Amino acid sequence: MKIAMTSVLVDDQEKALRFYTDVLGFQTRHDVPLGTHRWISVVSPQSPDGVELVLEPDAHPAARPFKQALVADGIPYTAFAVDDLQAEFTRLSGLGVTFTQEPLQMGPATTAVLDDTCGNLIQLIQIANT
Amino acid sequence: MSGKLLLAYHSSVGDVFKALADPTRRAVLDELQDRDGQTLFELCTRLINRHGVGSSRQAVSQHLDVLEDAGLVVRRRAGRYTFLHLDTAPLRAITERWPTDHREAPP
Repeated sequence: MKIAMTSVLVDDQEKALRFYTDVLGFQTRHDVPLGTHRWISVVSPQSPDGVELVLEPDAHPAARPFKQALVADGIPYTAFAVDDLQAEFTRLSGLGVTFTQEPLQMGPATTAVLDDTCGNLIQLIQIANT
Repeated sequence: MSGKLLLAYHSSVGDVFKALADPTRRAVLDELQDRDGQTLFELCTRLINRHGVGSSRQAVSQHLDVLEDAGLVVRRRAGRYTFLHLDTAPLRAITERWPTDHREAPP
């Protein structure tokens, strides 16, 4: 058994696809019409056969209050690994991305938290090479 | 009337002392001094990593209530986020009552 997919709940799938590809830099893996929504997944160009991130609609009535409560306390929904956090922070800030937490070093990990514009906070994490 | 004012003065200064009396709350002030304007998530991360404070988010939030009542922490809503800010102004009441800078150091 292995983890093949994970998901984020987004308020607008098209906007999410733009953000996760054009801004974050992921690649579209699947984009299939599915009733009123689409089945969209993206992958990292660093591992195109790796875990897929599904951009799932947050249409369920419980989803939005849950997301809003996490965002209010600054809690990231999930985390992506980066090789150079400071460089990504500078690049993404330049593209207008909002960070609720600027880079913070805690032991071997450096983290930052960004707003995905679709109702989620995402943590970026760089683990120092040991 | 003056009695009421006196009570109000004592209770507001008392709140500052009570707020400062707890090591976790002092650690909160240390971390906000290090970087002002944090989310609750960032503050909890710092408390665990730098101070070994494994308190739940709810417990930290209750400490923040005490600090907020004492005027030492301000919760600022900014759109969908809430940021925590340090306000050291209430500490002035302490040095006004027991000034630290008007006496020569003893020989």
